[in-house]
Amino acid sequence: MPQNNYSKLTAFFASRWGIILIGAVIGILAPLLQRLGNPPNMGICAACFERDIAGALGLHRAGVVQQIRPELIGFVLGSLIAALLFREFRARGGSAPLIRFVLGAFAMIGALTFLGCPWRALLRLAGGDMNAVIGLIGLATGIGVGTLFLRRGYSLGRAQKTKAAAGWVMPLIMIGLLLLALFRPQFSEGGAIFFSVKGPGAMTAPLLIALGAGLLIGFLAQRTRFCTMGAIRDVILIRDYHLMTGVVALVVAAFITNLILGQVGFGFAAQPISHSNHLWNFLGMVLAGQAFLLAGGCPGRQLFLSGEGDSDAGIFVLGMITGAGFAHNFALAGKPDRMVEGVLQVGGISGYGMVAVIIGLLVCVAIGLSMRERV
Amino acid sequence: MSQKIDACGLSCPQPVLLVDRAIANADFPVEVTVDTVTAVENVRRLAENRSCRVTVEEKEDGFELLIEQ
Repeated sequence: MPQNNYSKLTAFFASRWGIILIGAVIGILAPLLQRLGNPPNMGICAACFERDIAGALGLHRAGVVQQIRPELIGFVLGSLIAALLFREFRARGGSAPLIRFVLGAFAMIGALTFLGCPWRALLRLAGGDMNAVIGLIGLATGIGVGTLFLRRGYSLGRAQKTKAAAGWVMPLIMIGLLLLALFRPQFSEGGAIFFSVKGPGAMTAPLLIALGAGLLIGFLAQRTRFCTMGAIRDVILIRDYHLMTGVVALVVAAFITNLILGQVGFGFAAQPISHSNHLWNFLGMVLAGQAFLLAGGCPGRQLFLSGEGDSDAGIFVLGMITGAGFAHNFALAGKPDRMVEGVLQVGGISGYGMVAVIIGLLVCVAIGLSMRERV
Repeated sequence: MSQKIDACGLSCPQPVLLVDRAIANADFPVEVTVDTVTAVENVRRLAENRSCRVTVEEKEDGFELLIEQ
């Protein structure tokens, strides 16, 4: 393609229509993936699917959430393809990697308290799950608190350009995961790789369709810089509604698609894979929102960045996967509401989970206050 | 007086915040160096939202943006 066609495309993707396009594509594909087998209101969820991958590898042993999710593999590889095609692949890293790892781990603990990343919060909303409203208010609160740190000069420091090989690590890890998903080896009797036989982890869209959807979203998201955390942050911080337009497009498209597919049911109690413990839905997402803000992107965005050579984003992703291990091994993750013989049992988190969320909030505040450059 | 900002290696939203502050100072032109296309797009959008003119020049290892009122 001639060079100026590339720049025309780049200008389109950077435009308002570009961000609406990616929001709408995610909003249509996620409910379709649900229809094709993915868990309810979880057509795509970066946090849940990273948690499933952690389970498949045996990093936790919650039998109902173990699966290698091709969608996320597609996210990274689709972004890689876009970055290579448009000459934006740029290996970089070295901006406080260990802090990013810790932020990733606590972001996951917060997200699993609520049971979903910001994407799933939007998809739950579009499926009628009103707990998502509480979660999104929490998310915005956490991001709002984080912007106070940004105004005071919060920074994790500059990333440095590095050798191309460093930028290929995350894409190669994803290719490794894809091979494991395709060949499903079992390394020992009763050992990894684990694939859930019941529960959300057993609910999957066909592998090639899931991978294809992931590749398409990864490609478009790399071009448009789609980020749900950034959407809220930019509104609060600089009154910029560009990314928010994409988020609104996602919710509208997902709601319409859900209506067509008959996947909408309004309410708080006993919504699919969610709980109606409002306080901890709120606080979990405050923690996640703050951690995403301090690390510079929602979990989806971190996956896309890791595909275009950003190894700091890659570290954050690995932190999230590790955090999922802790969340389930230490029984921190939220338990869904259950109907037992017609009686609602409200889910929520354990005492350990509450302590973990509070520790996470303290850690985020400490990072936000201590990592400062002169303004 | 003009202002120079080196935003290379900084992640979202720091380049934008630095430029926003510089525009608020109203010392034009503002020269900004960034190293990703994402930062170019974000800084350009901010400056245009603040009613400034932006010209972008590609350098060997990044981009230079000139922001004028």
